[in-house]
Amino acid sequence: MANIKELSKIPERLTSGHRLCSGCGASIAVRQVLMGTTSPVVTAAATGCLEVATTIYPYTAWAVPFIHNAFENVAATISGAETAYRALKKKGKITKDIKFVAFGGDGGTYDIGLQSLSGALERGHNFVYVCYDNEAYMNTGIQRSGATPTGASTTTAPAGKVSYGKPQIRKDLTAIVAAHHIPYAAQGCISHWNDLVTKSQKAFAIEGPAFLNVFSPCHRGWRYPQSDTIKIAKLAVETGFWPLIEFENGKWSFTYRPKERKPVVEFLKTQGRFKHLFKEENKPVLGRIQKDIDTHWNYLEKLTQATSA
Amino acid sequence: MAKKGWKDIPIGGLIEEAGTAKEYKTGSWRTFRPVIDKAKCINCLQCWMHCPDSCIKVKDSKMEGFDYDYCKGCGICASVCPVKCIKMKPDVKQ
Ligand code: SF4
Ligand code: SF4
Repeated sequence: MANIKELSKIPERLTSGHRLCSGCGASIAVRQVLMGTTSPVVTAAATGCLEVATTIYPYTAWAVPFIHNAFENVAATISGAETAYRALKKKGKITKDIKFVAFGGDGGTYDIGLQSLSGALERGHNFVYVCYDNEAYMNTGIQRSGATPTGASTTTAPAGKVSYGKPQIRKDLTAIVAAHHIPYAAQGCISHWNDLVTKSQKAFAIEGPAFLNVFSPCHRGWRYPQSDTIKIAKLAVETGFWPLIEFENGKWSFTYRPKERKPVVEFLKTQGRFKHLFKEENKPVLGRIQKDIDTHWNYLEKLTQATSA
Repeated sequence: MAKKGWKDIPIGGLIEEAGTAKEYKTGSWRTFRPVIDKAKCINCLQCWMHCPDSCIKVKDSKMEGFDYDYCKGCGICASVCPVKCIKMKPDVKQ
């Protein structure tokens, strides 16, 4: 459990003056994650909205060391920095305890940077990887990614006469990461700050690789009013669209369970990207989405039971 | 920030100072401005926790107002405030 009054005393690592859209979920995710440690941090980001908008030359919104980097290799870059740190520490040239954290969007994590992430996890570097998941390539104009959910309209999977948006289901990245048998992986959401900061504290404290998949709504890509970012994030959790789970030393568990899962339409109807699903001819897709969520939830229930023993 | 010639730019385009975005004021983006009724505020800091632009001023665990130099007027603070003491008002020039 984190105490908000205590957290407010930690100096901001991401300053004002960045150029992310008004109401962006990504910077909220970064702020909350960085509240998870008071140690000095070295950060890096994969190409994406966050990287571009926080580092428009000659400005940087990072009040901590930040490494600018390509789309596919932020995990490799942070591994290199962490290895150099360990070598220098061994030689006695650095004495401080420093934390290393990489940020990537879903494009840079689920898809383009997956190989470098997998490599870094397998090598076992001591770092935290944070995916701020807004479910499409927003920086380049809302193209579908491996994280885009079924039925969402994107510029490369547009809804229209013959299509209802993306037909496939999104990847289960958190499970893919956990399959590397790292000490810690979790899903968090910016609307549940206490849950997220607590997970971040664990991630930073653990020796070895840790991974956080953070649900971060994007009002431009999802088509909703900018003031609703947190409200919509909360609905994702309450409907089971984004389960708050964690994987710690081989055990899966829910960190929060809605008393009663709301129907997923409660979440879908708040966003323009799903608007077409409410047309008569697309009603079966709504049913399918609900079914997929129920199936996944039941799977998670079994997974938590099977690994909790 | 003064314009630099190519000879003055550090190798690799390094930015040698941290947090320089503070020199770039994003407050001009705003069309609505958050206004607080401090009498109702319970200092729960939910607004601070959820502001994407770190624009809620907090001192000694108390909500102290907004940083209008950078606040983009998204309205998230007003939406998360549990006692609804933040209102979004059209940001007209006085
Ligand atoms: S969310 Fe509302 S009550 Fe809480 S500190 Fe902010 S203004 Fe005050
Ligand atoms: S309107 Fe948005 S940017 Fe301004 S203080 Fe509120 S949350 Fe922050």
